[in-house]
Amino acid sequence: MKYHYYPGCSLEGTAREYDLSTRAVMGSMGAQLMEIEDWSCCGASAAESTSYLLSLALPARNLAIAEKQGDVRDILVPCSACYLNLKKVEEKTRREPELFDNLNHILRDDQLQLNGRAHVRHLLDVMAKDLGADTIRRRVKKSFQNFRMAPYYGCQCLRPYAVFDDPEKPRSMEPLIEATGAQIQAWNLGGKCCGASHMNTDMDVSLELVTAILRGAKGADAIITVCPMCQMNLEAYQQKIIRRHNEDLRITVLYLPQLIGLALGLSEQDLGLELNLSVTKRFQEMLHIQKTVSK
Amino acid sequence: MDQLAAKEANNATLAPADVLAPIQEMVRACIQCGTCTASCPNEFAMDHTPRKLWRLVLMGLKDQIFQSKTFALCSNCYCCTLRCPRGLPLTEAMSALKQIAARQNLAKYRQSTLFYKNFLQSVRRHGRVNEMEFMAFYFAALRSVVIPLRFAPLGVTLMRKGKVSVAIPLNARRPLESIFRNVEALEDTI
Repeated sequence: MKYHYYPGCSLEGTAREYDLSTRAVMGSMGAQLMEIEDWSCCGASAAESTSYLLSLALPARNLAIAEKQGDVRDILVPCSACYLNLKKVEEKTRREPELFDNLNHILRDDQLQLNGRAHVRHLLDVMAKDLGADTIRRRVKKSFQNFRMAPYYGCQCLRPYAVFDDPEKPRSMEPLIEATGAQIQAWNLGGKCCGASHMNTDMDVSLELVTAILRGAKGADAIITVCPMCQMNLEAYQQKIIRRHNEDLRITVLYLPQLIGLALGLSEQDLGLELNLSVTKRFQEMLHIQKTVSK
Repeated sequence: MDQLAAKEANNATLAPADVLAPIQEMVRACIQCGTCTASCPNEFAMDHTPRKLWRLVLMGLKDQIFQSKTFALCSNCYCCTLRCPRGLPLTEAMSALKQIAARQNLAKYRQSTLFYKNFLQSVRRHGRVNEMEFMAFYFAALRSVVIPLRFAPLGVTLMRKGKVSVAIPLNARRPLESIFRNVEALEDTI
């Protein structure tokens, strides 16, 4: 298993633990990640909101570098927003090949050329299909059997391109979570929007969405995410929401590879668990009395 | 009815119709079924529903569109795009409206436009966004005392965790400069 790896800007900063845990889990499962050399920002939601052409050109640069870097086609992307921006270039150039002319014209000064060979894949897709729940189950060292998890997919790994899951009723995370021994919280908010970058421009609107999601997750021991923006929105504003509604909505929020990594017996430090913003005391206590799986 | 006709006439003279033309093309086949409105997570905060916005677009009522917060409140969840029975690229149409608002620096959308532009300036300078630097420039551009305060506790937490750095990276190389320039040049010709 060999992949080009596109971490994206968040994974160097506010989502460092997503990068650490992705590398740790993929590495321990025998996958090789080759970081795209000198990768640059995908444009996030900012390029799309100001210039259509820029929103394609910024991800195109990264795809072109990956193509230049060798025969491997798959580009592994953990951030859902980066994933969609990169995927969009793959999908749009396939449907409208005339786009190649414009994009390659824009990239020419950097001696880069996009040929359409790159295949963009979300981390969840790779974990579900290439690693697989069965392989993970066989390697589990610490069982999460007393835990109940709420899988939260967010939007952009599911929509608009239905690549690896049902965009209306996503379930791809369930076998992976169950492989750790944990139960699944039954809810229908897994694919509901958290407000994304609106938290920075229309905070009150985003807080409404996040409140509904936190309420829906009540009863679960943790929410499991696959996107840095979802993670930040769900973990960082809990205090504000609790104060506003006078309702206990505290909950642990973990990245999927952090959960899988813990189950595989990787250390909390290797998975960056101390960097999360909302790991509750109760959750930490549960982690410490976890059972080791006897083989 | 007369009022509506007068408004339309007014619009026709005030607004260069071609600004909306590509977006009208995107939503031409809209049947006003309202699936977009029913699917939208942010509809509760919008003045016009998404369904109504598409009607305004098709009618070319530019003034009403650009006095509305509806498109600025689209959070790109793609639910409407996924569910539209006509298969219309509605999320892209929302983005196209945001692009007009940003290009024309319309005052109504100042906060989100400043957010996007400061983000991209940081990207243009360094190749990657520096979250701390970008938020600092964004807050400075807003010239508001209140808004940054809402983020202050989080900023402190993130700094304590070492997740954001106060040191501004020095990257004199500007690896994306030619891409930004070429995009601008190409856009001028379109």
